[in-house]
Amino acid sequence: MTAAGPLLEAADLNVWIEGSHILQGVTFAMPERGVTSLLGRNGVGKTTTVKAVLGLVPRTGRVAFDGVDITAEPTHAIVTRGIGYVPEERGVFAALTVAENLRIAERRPGTHRYDLVHELFPELEKRREQPAGTLSGGQQQMLAIGRALLNDNRLLIVDEPTKGLAPRIVREVADAVARAAEEVPVLLVEQNLSLVRRVGGAAVVLDAGRVVHTGPAPDLLDDADRVRELLGVSRAAAPAAGTAAPADTEGRPTA
Amino acid sequence: MSTVVLLIVTGLGLGALYFLIASGLSLIFGLMDVLNFAHGAFLALGAYGTWWAANFLPGAGPDGAGFLLALVFGVAAGTLAATLVELCVIRPLYGRHREQILATVGLSLATPALLQAVWGADPLTFPKPDLVRGTVEVLGANIPRDRLLLILAAVALFTALWLFNSRTRYGLIVRAGVQDRAMVTALGIDVRKSFTLVFAIGGAAAALAGALGGLYYGVVTPTQGMSLLIFAFIVVVIGGTTSLTGCAIASVTVALVQQFANYYTVAGLGDIAVVIVLALVLLTRQGGLAAKKSAERVA
Repeated sequence: MTAAGPLLEAADLNVWIEGSHILQGVTFAMPERGVTSLLGRNGVGKTTTVKAVLGLVPRTGRVAFDGVDITAEPTHAIVTRGIGYVPEERGVFAALTVAENLRIAERRPGTHRYDLVHELFPELEKRREQPAGTLSGGQQQMLAIGRALLNDNRLLIVDEPTKGLAPRIVREVADAVARAAEEVPVLLVEQNLSLVRRVGGAAVVLDAGRVVHTGPAPDLLDDADRVRELLGVSRAAAPAAGTAAPADTEGRPTA
Repeated sequence: MSTVVLLIVTGLGLGALYFLIASGLSLIFGLMDVLNFAHGAFLALGAYGTWWAANFLPGAGPDGAGFLLALVFGVAAGTLAATLVELCVIRPLYGRHREQILATVGLSLATPALLQAVWGADPLTFPKPDLVRGTVEVLGANIPRDRLLLILAAVALFTALWLFNSRTRYGLIVRAGVQDRAMVTALGIDVRKSFTLVFAIGGAAAALAGALGGLYYGVVTPTQGMSLLIFAFIVVVIGGTTSLTGCAIASVTVALVQQFANYYTVAGLGDIAVVIVLALVLLTRQGGLAAKKSAERVA
């Protein structure tokens, strides 16, 4: 246990997939508090970075969590150190009920936060016996986030939680991510800049498998030229979260 | 009428034997994505283990409680073999399908050769307890008692696997793992433990099938596992690779088709009829009978 060092450190991460050099020495650190947003255009390696952190793809380099080198550990051991993961494709088990999807995520007996999950997403309690495959996209995302919040984690990794959702659902999911960020550090992969602006924190920008910018997220989003240069967004800055159909990093509305 | 009843019940008995073999095969393929050609080896070990124990193990014997002990020994032998195969052979080869096939085919060839080297190629007479000797009259048909035992064993296994899948945490992990193994791991679950458990359960079911197959055929031979495995693979393909219910339906279908075709046409034509059924299923429902019931997978 470290006293004040970074919570998560990735150093010189390299990933090759089918001969392509996807991550080319990605290095960043995220602090013990708040949100760190991984930003970048489509296909720059954001999702691969979080998968590399979790050991879900073969990688070289070094990953440390809470000061401990976890590079050689298998994914399940990394996660049980206290990481909740919401993958880009949500990862809900379609044939299992909502209740079963939550139950399978239970780790230590007596520490499960069903109250928090049901407070954030009352819909999940109402639909507990419904097969997850029959939920809408938004409900599945709520389930995926609820599952990550169920345990008393030390870090949440949330990959594009608002992708492909209707504006009303985007706001609800954004509320949940912001609420979660009040309790636990979040590594957020997101193209919805209004959500990034809302949760603040630090920004790590990737381009072509490399980190090209690190710094406070609000400072980056206030610099229209830098946003255009790094993220390809044509408008000056994203609107405040929940005020309009949010724009992704390519300037398209996400809904 | 009595002939039809006899064909149906003996067909159900044969279907029960196929289910005992194919359920483990289906479970292993569904969760672990491993096409286990060594499954017949577990069956043969179960059969030979039971035969050996009934003849040589102190306390065991060919009848009564002694046979039950021999049966437990045979199933334990198959289970242990399956566990060791998963830990030592399969585990280093996850995701490497060609190597898995080579390794398990190698085991499927080596095991009969080993059994033949020790006990010879000739069929060995399998012990038959008094309880399963003779016949029982059902609707005018004299049904061999061993077929009824097979049916009971298959129903018991189906119930046990259903309870395992639906009532236990490991069952939950298996059902989730069939859909998305990586996500199960990303929830902090060591899915490899589930793999070992599932492989052991599959091995136990195959070994039980081997022992009860000994009762069915009256003899055991080194290659018995391989010939039964072919039909088990057909059952898995027809039933769908991840559905226990589909596996049960396919087992009964294959066995009944075989029995009726053999009786009403020419002996031996039943096997061809089964292949025709397989072709029809593959042409009409490529994922097997359970293909469109994803919510019922492994349930």
